[in-house]
Amino acid sequence: MANTSSFSSSPSTKFSFDEKPHVLAVDDNLIDRKVIERLFINSTCKVTTAENGKRALEYLGLADGQHPNHNDLKVNLIITDYSMPGMTGYELLKRIKESPTMKEIPVVVVSSENIPTRINQCMQGGAQEFLLKPLQLSDATKLRCHIKKAITRGVCRRR
Amino acid sequence: MERTRLRRQVALTRQSLFDQGFLDEQFIQLEDLQDDANPNFVEEVVTLYYRDSARLITNIEKALEKNSLDFNKLDGFMHQFKGSSSSIGAKKVKAECTLFREYCRAGNGEGCTRTFQQIKKEYATLKRKLEAYFQVVRQAGPAETACWPK
Repeated sequence: MANTSSFSSSPSTKFSFDEKPHVLAVDDNLIDRKVIERLFINSTCKVTTAENGKRALEYLGLADGQHPNHNDLKVNLIITDYSMPGMTGYELLKRIKESPTMKEIPVVVVSSENIPTRINQCMQGGAQEFLLKPLQLSDATKLRCHIKKAITRGVCRRR
Repeated sequence: MERTRLRRQVALTRQSLFDQGFLDEQFIQLEDLQDDANPNFVEEVVTLYYRDSARLITNIEKALEKNSLDFNKLDGFMHQFKGSSSSIGAKKVKAECTLFREYCRAGNGEGCTRTFQQIKKEYATLKRKLEAYFQVVRQAGPAETACWPK
């Protein structure tokens, strides 16, 4: 199941520039989930983790059989590992980009393997960026800047 | 002063882990994530690593015992194990994992078995060294608090 970090964000209908960006991190590796979570929490983001693509889709309300979300789920960035059992990060990316409600959320794909065809595939598929693992604090800081810019531009969907 | 001596010991122990090639830059990344709110983050991640990877080691062991080796399966396990090892900065372990995967791809069972013995050795050595390191860290302790960290 997806685990929400201990940071709580008060439910609000007004958009606030001071709100912490919310990152959904998808990775089947327990160690990597723990590290990514801390990377983004330390970059002052709220983090939710999911252990595979299926769980991530369920969280986003995009799983088979689910109705589109009517709650005010706000996700500013999805960061997903490429190699995962069941559904790869690329397949997850495609599902998100096919969704009318979630397609505008930037998706970053990460992988421990530097394979050009894989990178191309993900970028063609609409990934915001493709990063190599293990992630570093500088990666999280950079991504956080992207998120903030996107929020300011009003790219982030909020219902 | 005792605390100064202990702090120096921590610094020296830590440096030797890098100098001797047991740890790489990624360990420093973990250290940078540690702060007052999460003062034991590095030890927590390392503990989690040893707990979580134990089952991978067992799986690989079992898979290597089979008469006919499933190299895809072995490579899959090793991909996971290498990923975790890389995330904590386990330099020597990671290098052996890379070698193992090359043997998998070449379908070389004997190479896999041999390399796996080396992996287990490096894995155990690192565990010992890190346990000793964290013990000194705990002994040196934070200056402000009166209680011993777990």
